[in-house]
Amino acid sequence: MPDLSVKIAGISMRNPTMLASGFLDETGASMLRVHRAGAGAVVTKSIGPQPRTGYPNPTIVELDVGLLNAVGLPNPGIEEFRDEVKLSLDGGAVVIGSVYGKDADEYATVAQGLASYGVAGIELNLSCPHAKGLGTEIAQSTEAVREFTAAVKAKVNVPVMPKLSPNVADIASFAQAAEDGGADAIVAINTVKAMAISPDLRTPILSYRYGGLSGPAIRPIGVRCVYEIYEAVDIPIVGVGGIVAGRDALEYIMAGASAVQIGTAIAARGLSVFDNVTGEIASFMAERRIESLKSLVGAAHG
Amino acid sequence: MGRLEVVPLLDVVREVHHTLTYRFRASFGVGPGQFIMIWIPGYDELPMALSYLGDVKGVTVHAYGDATKAFASFKPGDLVGVRGPYGNTFAIQGEKVLCVAGGTGMASIIAAIEAFHEADAEVVTVLGARSADELIFEERAKQCGEVHISTDDGSRAFHGFAPALAKKLMDTEKFDAVATCGPERMMKAVIDLANQRGIPSQASLERYMKCGIGICDACAFDDYLVCTDGPVFTGAQLVKSKDFGSVRRDASGRRIPV
Repeated sequence: MPDLSVKIAGISMRNPTMLASGFLDETGASMLRVHRAGAGAVVTKSIGPQPRTGYPNPTIVELDVGLLNAVGLPNPGIEEFRDEVKLSLDGGAVVIGSVYGKDADEYATVAQGLASYGVAGIELNLSCPHAKGLGTEIAQSTEAVREFTAAVKAKVNVPVMPKLSPNVADIASFAQAAEDGGADAIVAINTVKAMAISPDLRTPILSYRYGGLSGPAIRPIGVRCVYEIYEAVDIPIVGVGGIVAGRDALEYIMAGASAVQIGTAIAARGLSVFDNVTGEIASFMAERRIESLKSLVGAAHG
Repeated sequence: MGRLEVVPLLDVVREVHHTLTYRFRASFGVGPGQFIMIWIPGYDELPMALSYLGDVKGVTVHAYGDATKAFASFKPGDLVGVRGPYGNTFAIQGEKVLCVAGGTGMASIIAAIEAFHEADAEVVTVLGARSADELIFEERAKQCGEVHISTDDGSRAFHGFAPALAKKLMDTEKFDAVATCGPERMMKAVIDLANQRGIPSQASLERYMKCGIGICDACAFDDYLVCTDGPVFTGAQLVKSKDFGSVRRDASGRRIPV
């Protein structure tokens, strides 16, 4: 079997699959379970300075093409989250802490807290499409992306990875702004702003009305975004959006991603999705006598 | 995955003063102990075990919060959203089964009581509530076997908690399976009694939920998820649990007492 271990922005992982933020990552026990199921790294729920309950239900709509959600950033707050991070680190997981906030100071403070708990890196949730005043507006301003990235970089010594929104006209310019701010890697993409309506009830189903679409429907959007970002920056990219199988991950890798994240597919394939995707990438490579995953990164660019 | 179905309520029946049964048709099948997410439009979406299976399904709800109180004013013909079914079922095994229900927990276990009976098991039910006027589904349980009543205030039959009455029965009769649903500390006492006697047991748990499909982590319980690994857990699982009977999580994921 080919060696699929990767090192991205200095973070070593046994394979290129990571748990995407928002899935089974509010508790240490669940993050550990995902680690044991085979994920190369786990990204935490987005954590803020204070506990937050999120929106009332319905917060999730199951669709044929994926999931629509507006959970509204529920999290126990940075203080209480310490024990959850500790539990997952003690169990051997590679943990990336995801951060949200209302301004650059909040991002930096929470990131500092997570770094002090021992996380291997920080992901900046700059792009949650369904939380008013918390990321949505930031995602629409290249200057804010640069400024927030720089503010966090100034406070922590671990790699910082802004997660970008696809809900912009030119995602590559946002990746450049993040790189200018000192980002060590780019995570793309967050969910696509979307809505589902009940014709019977004549009303949006989500209590917040708008939500973020994830799952297979958004994979071609994510692959396109990663392709564009790869041409615009020199830092590594983590691809995310609709990956269910090894060939999906390979699309992202050939578009330019050095690692991938998986979330929604857990609902369909269970936690074995991490092992399955890793195994499917390995089989693809073995059948073609490809020894280095690195040689496939960006392979679709002419 | 369970697609949302918006369906009219066929009937609304008041079981006791604050507890109502809402019945509807849905396209999916469901087993005893499984739950659905029921959307009360304009208010909330909540996990509910089904109190009626079959073609016409039902949930039986104690009106205790804003959403469930609003739901109490819903009439036949009003629309609700249902998606599911989710979670596992009670394992219908055993020849002589003790079912212990507390309060509205009876709504989640009555389908299992009927399933045990249909599988030709001898079913003995302990039905407990705070007082006589809060007992539900007594007649349905009687169709399936012996029913013993306990009330916390002594307003009817055994004066005390359901586990104390269950213990008396377990001390005098031999059961080969125990199933329970109700307040968690009650279930803890029942599971402990069964484990002490080496009787296989199962309990149906309740936790705050958002997704119902095993991804959001809101219903984390030890290293299980109540929505996909449960809601029914075995005595063998629960005897090792740190959270059972002691810890649940609020909507923000903070650990709080049960």
